[in-house]
Amino acid sequence: MELLWDWIVGPLRYAFMVRGLAAAIVVGIVCAVVGTYVVLRGMAFFGDALAHAMLPGLAIGYLVGGGAREPLFWWGLVTAVLASLGIGRLSQGRRFKEDTAIGIVFAGLFALGIALISTARSYSVDLAHFLFGDVLGVSNADLWRVALFGGGILLTVAAFYKEFLVLSFDPVLAETLRIPAQLFESLLLILIALCVVIALQTVGVALMVALLVTPAATASLLTKRLPVMMAIAALIAALSGMVGLYLSYHYSVASGAAIVLTCTAIFGLVWGAQSLQRAIR
Amino acid sequence: MTLPNKFWSSAYAGQHVAHQPGAPILQVAALDVAYDGHLAVEQLSFILQTGERVAVIGPNGAGKSTLLKAIAGVLTPVRGEISVYGAGPGGHICIAYVPQRSLVDWDFPVTVADVVMMGRTGKLGLLRRPRKCDWDYVQECLELVGMGVLARRQIGELSGGQQQRMFIARALAQEAELMLMDEPLTGLDVPAQESIFQVLETLRARQVTVMLSTHDLNQAAEQFDRVMLLNRRLLGFGPPETVFTRENLLAAYGGQLRLIPVNGTELALSDTCCEGHKH
Repeated sequence: MELLWDWIVGPLRYAFMVRGLAAAIVVGIVCAVVGTYVVLRGMAFFGDALAHAMLPGLAIGYLVGGGAREPLFWWGLVTAVLASLGIGRLSQGRRFKEDTAIGIVFAGLFALGIALISTARSYSVDLAHFLFGDVLGVSNADLWRVALFGGGILLTVAAFYKEFLVLSFDPVLAETLRIPAQLFESLLLILIALCVVIALQTVGVALMVALLVTPAATASLLTKRLPVMMAIAALIAALSGMVGLYLSYHYSVASGAAIVLTCTAIFGLVWGAQSLQRAIR
Repeated sequence: MTLPNKFWSSAYAGQHVAHQPGAPILQVAALDVAYDGHLAVEQLSFILQTGERVAVIGPNGAGKSTLLKAIAGVLTPVRGEISVYGAGPGGHICIAYVPQRSLVDWDFPVTVADVVMMGRTGKLGLLRRPRKCDWDYVQECLELVGMGVLARRQIGELSGGQQQRMFIARALAQEAELMLMDEPLTGLDVPAQESIFQVLETLRARQVTVMLSTHDLNQAAEQFDRVMLLNRRLLGFGPPETVFTRENLLAAYGGQLRLIPVNGTELALSDTCCEGHKH
């Protein structure tokens, strides 16, 4: 018992650990709630593409700022919002299937980002941080930004809950009710972009999609009500953030990977238990 | 049923236009609508009166869905004019479009009441949550279609007929005066179809105008005031006995239709195209 207590409380002596935990929990909750729409609308590939497409923006910010971290958030923000609207536009084109168009553009942008960063001297460490996150490097200012933007995202989802619901379930109804569908569609893309930006430090570009998709998918196995699904997804994500970070601390595993693996493990447990239950019945 | 609180109802930029007194509920003139790059509907003109029940009949690809979506204001016509109570459909929220069941995601995590409440989104307006009176209204709409006890069911648990009646309840919640239904009877068994026709009687009593696409010519002939025979162009519109002539049916279906003589006149059995398809 005492051992467990020590396992939990021990790391909290370090301020970086407390900040990391706070960031992982907030980011997890926000991404899970928005991720519910991503899962229901089948936008997982879009989320993944968006995260990757952000890299060139980060790279330019990184090169222009001479490695300074502070401005990177804003570079990431601008790139992600532009990329989300751009990809949204792209997917309405007729010449290619949606996923082909997204694939071409996001791989190209991702390569551009890597190429740009590789021109800098100390690139391998910084590139690793972009790709896989650096949640223990979260500063107080980072934390405030995450909390502020995360809160904004949740408020927006709450405020336009019924509009997003109609748009996701039945776009034709949205139009016959004369809801400005295009506007809300863009707003949702922007919300996903913001999630990607605040999750950058937690899990990095490469693992981002797991935060959006895995907790929400797990929740969708457990409930058939949207608000409940959002709550369960948020709970799973917050728990995964905490557990993952502790595992990372105690066993020296990369933090982003540990968080994502915890999410995946919870999904596996729920899925396995349900399959077993069905097999028994 | 009373309309709760009109105050906020213009929250979506106040686009809901007033109904012109005396204007027909639907007037279509020289309408061309494109779908997937080619004209799916050409040179269509007709008028619908309030409270009518009209069946739209035609083979696959005849433009039935396209026409209904254009009237709903979801597709923009290439040429021609649609007016609902004297104004374009884009300004109305009194037009309901009931989708084909096969095009709906039945795993979506919502209950029957949630879906019916969606119909009230336009009336609620921006930033307002449904209140008790709105949920009561939803319950009344469900009871009108005989689904009061199913309000809390997940939509995936419904039978085909119940799914269809849920969407009609949603259209009622929307306070629709013109209901456009895309093949609501396709794939339903006879008792389920009966229950839909019962609901259509309720709608008639409430002066709701219904325009419904179907494959079943016999049903169209028996249950509807007027039928519209469509194959890109309007081939006939009027009482079934004047529209379903040998020439018209051959023009619409070509060889796809089996005609058998009954009592010296000709009666169509059914068209041979498969059911349940999107077109």
